[in-house]
Amino acid sequence: MDAPPKISLDGLSKTFASRSGLVTALDNVSLNIAPGTFCVVVGPSGCGKTTLLRIVAGLEERTSGNFSIRRDDRSRPLNAMVFQGDSIFPWMNVWDNAAYGLKLRGVSAPQIREIVSHYLDRTGLRRFAEYYPHQLSGGMRQRVSIARAFANDPEVLFMDEPFSALDEQNKLLLQEELLRIWEEHKKTVIFITHSVDEAVTLGDKIVIMTASPGRIKAVVDVNLPRPRNILELRRDREFGELVFQIWGYLRTEVDAARAQVN
Amino acid sequence: MKPLLERHGDRLIGVLSPILLLIVWELLVRFHWISAQFFPAPSSIAVTFVKLARTGDLWLNVGVSLRRLLLGFIIGGVPGLLLGIVMGLSRPIRLFIEPLIASTYPIPKSALLPLVLLIFGLGESSKIAMVAMGVFYPVIMNTVTGVLQISKIYFDVGTNFGAGRWKTFRTIALPGAAPFIITGVKLGIGMGLILISIAEMVGADSGLGYMIWNAWQLMDVETMYVGLFMIAFLGFVFTLLLDEIERWLLPWRAA
Ligand SMILES: Nc1ncnc2c1ncn2[C@@H]1O[C@H](COP(=O)(O)OP(=O)(O)OP(=O)(O)O)[C@@H](O)[C@H]1O
Ligand SMILES: [Mg+2]
Repeated sequence: MDAPPKISLDGLSKTFASRSGLVTALDNVSLNIAPGTFCVVVGPSGCGKTTLLRIVAGLEERTSGNFSIRRDDRSRPLNAMVFQGDSIFPWMNVWDNAAYGLKLRGVSAPQIREIVSHYLDRTGLRRFAEYYPHQLSGGMRQRVSIARAFANDPEVLFMDEPFSALDEQNKLLLQEELLRIWEEHKKTVIFITHSVDEAVTLGDKIVIMTASPGRIKAVVDVNLPRPRNILELRRDREFGELVFQIWGYLRTEVDAARAQVN
Repeated sequence: MKPLLERHGDRLIGVLSPILLLIVWELLVRFHWISAQFFPAPSSIAVTFVKLARTGDLWLNVGVSLRRLLLGFIIGGVPGLLLGIVMGLSRPIRLFIEPLIASTYPIPKSALLPLVLLIFGLGESSKIAMVAMGVFYPVIMNTVTGVLQISKIYFDVGTNFGAGRWKTFRTIALPGAAPFIITGVKLGIGMGLILISIAEMVGADSGLGYMIWNAWQLMDVETMYVGLFMIAFLGFVFTLLLDEIERWLLPWRAA
């Protein structure tokens, strides 16, 4: 028998009213995510991935359907989000950005020091603690955003295309770092990406979404052993087959999305 | 090691033009090409300055004006700042208050002096009120703009990390709007200097504006110039001071 789900979505739908009429971003999305699962969502641009995450994070109202995140520990925040695009505060240095959630929660100063230095170490930012965002590269800013979310120690983590703006080498390094940090606590994660490679590299469970309106097209389980070596994975036969299989699902959706634009 | 001129070249050129102007001015007066009655020689203005500084008259007037500026600055600036942030954060409040600001802003504040004198009398409060009005408008308008231009994603981050009203104000709205607020304060101080001079010329018996006006009545042109230079100097010092405060408050701004 499976453990009860940590996150469950039940017929979630979202319709935006815009000037040019109604846009259905999400259509009847149902999904169960077991505790400790690294769940990756892939889908063409504009299919409603960000919308899905924002609803589950409580930043957006749903139009219909239901969702729930099971609470296991009242003393910790329920979720923390790594937002798509630049979201660290330009007016705080790296340290204060990473400590943001802890400070808001009134965690004691010595504890904040310990936790923040741990995650700055983990993300290779210790030396840059006093730097302001305008002094950092795009990759470093993403790391701050990741450190900020992890440091707050939420029950579940939402990550919205955290690496999409990075070059290949940086992406690889950060994926490695992310997996290493994640292995420490095995939090439940929903991770959004455009990249099939990235999805298979990181995920336990891959949700493929259809082009707008966003529905779930398929769910693929990834049983590659952990901890994973990102480079070794690339010559793994199972890895290649999973990538091939998921591309098969996505292919038609990406074509469909393109047809909608034209 | 570079020669002196090369290292400080820009600054040297910068002080050259005022010095040159003073020399030309001095010569023009000495050779009677312009009337010393209207344009007393810089040297005689300097003599008057020393005299006024010795008797303490000058510092008395500077002190009085500074006090009015400071009080007016606080009384106009603090509400402008707070109200501006609240308006930036709350759409209904903004829609409610904006018409009031937009309709009263175009009135030249100097034209309100008689009304202010009527309400506050000839004492300190009327001068302070004039400065406060001058500071209030630029501060509130820039603060509202400053809050509105903060990218929505930062407020989402605040919500996601559980920031309540006060924390949103403290950690997002205030620092995010700070560059605009400082611009508003700079404009406000310029406005305050203009209005304090005008207010002190009418119905005051102290302050730099009074000093200038009184000098006109006594045909004491040198004293008038000392007053003018003092106001210009105050404006200059405020600008330097605010630039310094800006650097200190906003270390996160790219240079
Ligand atoms: N606030 C909004 N108002 C109106 N329409 C919106 C709003 N937010 C999103 N949409 C629409 O909903 C759809 C899904 O948007 P969403 O941002 O969730 O896509 P996405 O899958 O995250 O895309 P990407 O991969 O490019 O980030 C799009 O058609 C978008 O135009
Ligand atoms: Mg998105």
